[in-house]
Amino acid sequence: MTIARHLKHRTGTLWLAALVHRLSGLALAIFLPLHFLALGLAISGAATLDGFLRWTDQPLVKLSEVLLVFLLTVHLLGGVRVLVIENFDWRDGQKQLATLAATISALVAFFFLVRVF
Amino acid sequence: MNVRLYVWQRGTAALMVPLVAVHLAVIFYATRQGLSAADILSRTRGSIAWASYYGLFVAAVSIHAAIGVRNVLTEWSPLTDRSAGRLAVAFGLLLAVLGFRAVAAVVL
Amino acid sequence: MPERLTELSVSLWRGGAEGRYETYRVPRRDSQTVLDVVTYVQRHIDPTLSYRFACRVGMCGSCAMTVNGRPRWTCRTHVAKVAGSGTLEIGPLENLPVIKDLATDMAPFFEKWREAKGAFAPSRTRADAMPPIRPDSSARIAADAAIECINCGVCYAACDTVRWNADYLGPAALNRAWTLVNDERDAGNAARLAAVAAGGGCHACHSHQSCQEHCPLSLNPTASIAGLKRRTTRAYLKGELKP
Repeated sequence: MTIARHLKHRTGTLWLAALVHRLSGLALAIFLPLHFLALGLAISGAATLDGFLRWTDQPLVKLSEVLLVFLLTVHLLGGVRVLVIENFDWRDGQKQLATLAATISALVAFFFLVRVF
Repeated sequence: MNVRLYVWQRGTAALMVPLVAVHLAVIFYATRQGLSAADILSRTRGSIAWASYYGLFVAAVSIHAAIGVRNVLTEWSPLTDRSAGRLAVAFGLLLAVLGFRAVAAVVL
Repeated sequence: MPERLTELSVSLWRGGAEGRYETYRVPRRDSQTVLDVVTYVQRHIDPTLSYRFACRVGMCGSCAMTVNGRPRWTCRTHVAKVAGSGTLEIGPLENLPVIKDLATDMAPFFEKWREAKGAFAPSRTRADAMPPIRPDSSARIAADAAIECINCGVCYAACDTVRWNADYLGPAALNRAWTLVNDERDAGNAARLAAVAAGGGCHACHSHQSCQEHCPLSLNPTASIAGLKRRTTRAYLKGELKP
């Protein structure tokens, strides 16, 4: 049976939330070594790091940073939701909580967007 | 994922909740101020506080991301559990090495 | 007012793991269920169609199949509710080996039930006094919330983690383990906690909640599994579990 058939009913809010959580984690995991390498430029002195920071002034880079802020926030909030499910008594309304987490993340990313542009 | 990996993954996750919150605040602050490299480094160089904070953060994220990657590999890739585990450990070590190097770069 | 359709176009899975969907035309009736449709095909069109059912009234769980991509009890699914455009696609339950057509092999499902130690382990003999179990004790309330499971396999078929992780015991088996963990009369919890704390146990669950969403009895295996996570974590931190 094709993937399309499997995906047919996988459109629920909570399934999407889990997918976003997983993909944001993967994206952050790929980003992190690059982030560490960039910061490591400070070893060569402030000037080298400054050169890199100038590069990050480009609009495309700033947009990527907005995306990263979104990914970090949505991974954090989605993770908090899971920690609450697993460590406290069951509470209903998980779909609403997941939607709230995504909304807050989008808002945080939007505020960041406004700040850097 | 067995109970041991679970405890380490969830434990580092819980630890990082305040760490990430602070990091987001730092990001917002730094971009608002338009800090240059010299500005940033003047704040971090010689600071025990920043060294401890980011040192802890690097340790936690190395463990957390490695276990997370292991889960994704065992579920979404054809690798065996053992191979996935080895790859995950290698990734965790990479993050730790690069991360502590970065912390040293801005703190020392 | 849309014109009332008199016929239904139904695609049924024919074959084993390899096979194809074949289409049949079935007359529409009032209050028709998906099981009625499958039965009609077998009785009037193609007697070689294989499918499973028993009670026909939503008590046994035998008739579970994949209807338009979702696992459900076909005897409790009205055609009017799922065949909006006059078409239906019916296949066997997912995540289980297909024997033939719409009938799956439930053996792996029950093997995992046993692996999760989903069986009661007695602690007393008939010579002992009966333990007084208060129905309002928190343990009994937790067990009662999950006890009605009839092993229909719908949650197992709906679970993506089951699909991705061959070792994963699955929502039904873990849900049952949770009811026994909360049973004060049970003596098998040391082995049971070890079983659900191993790889493929409760910690593999990502809380997608597909199980809860599809359970025809509105049970919540996600909550049961969360309970197991708490119980095993506590035991592990106390040194009672050695994975």
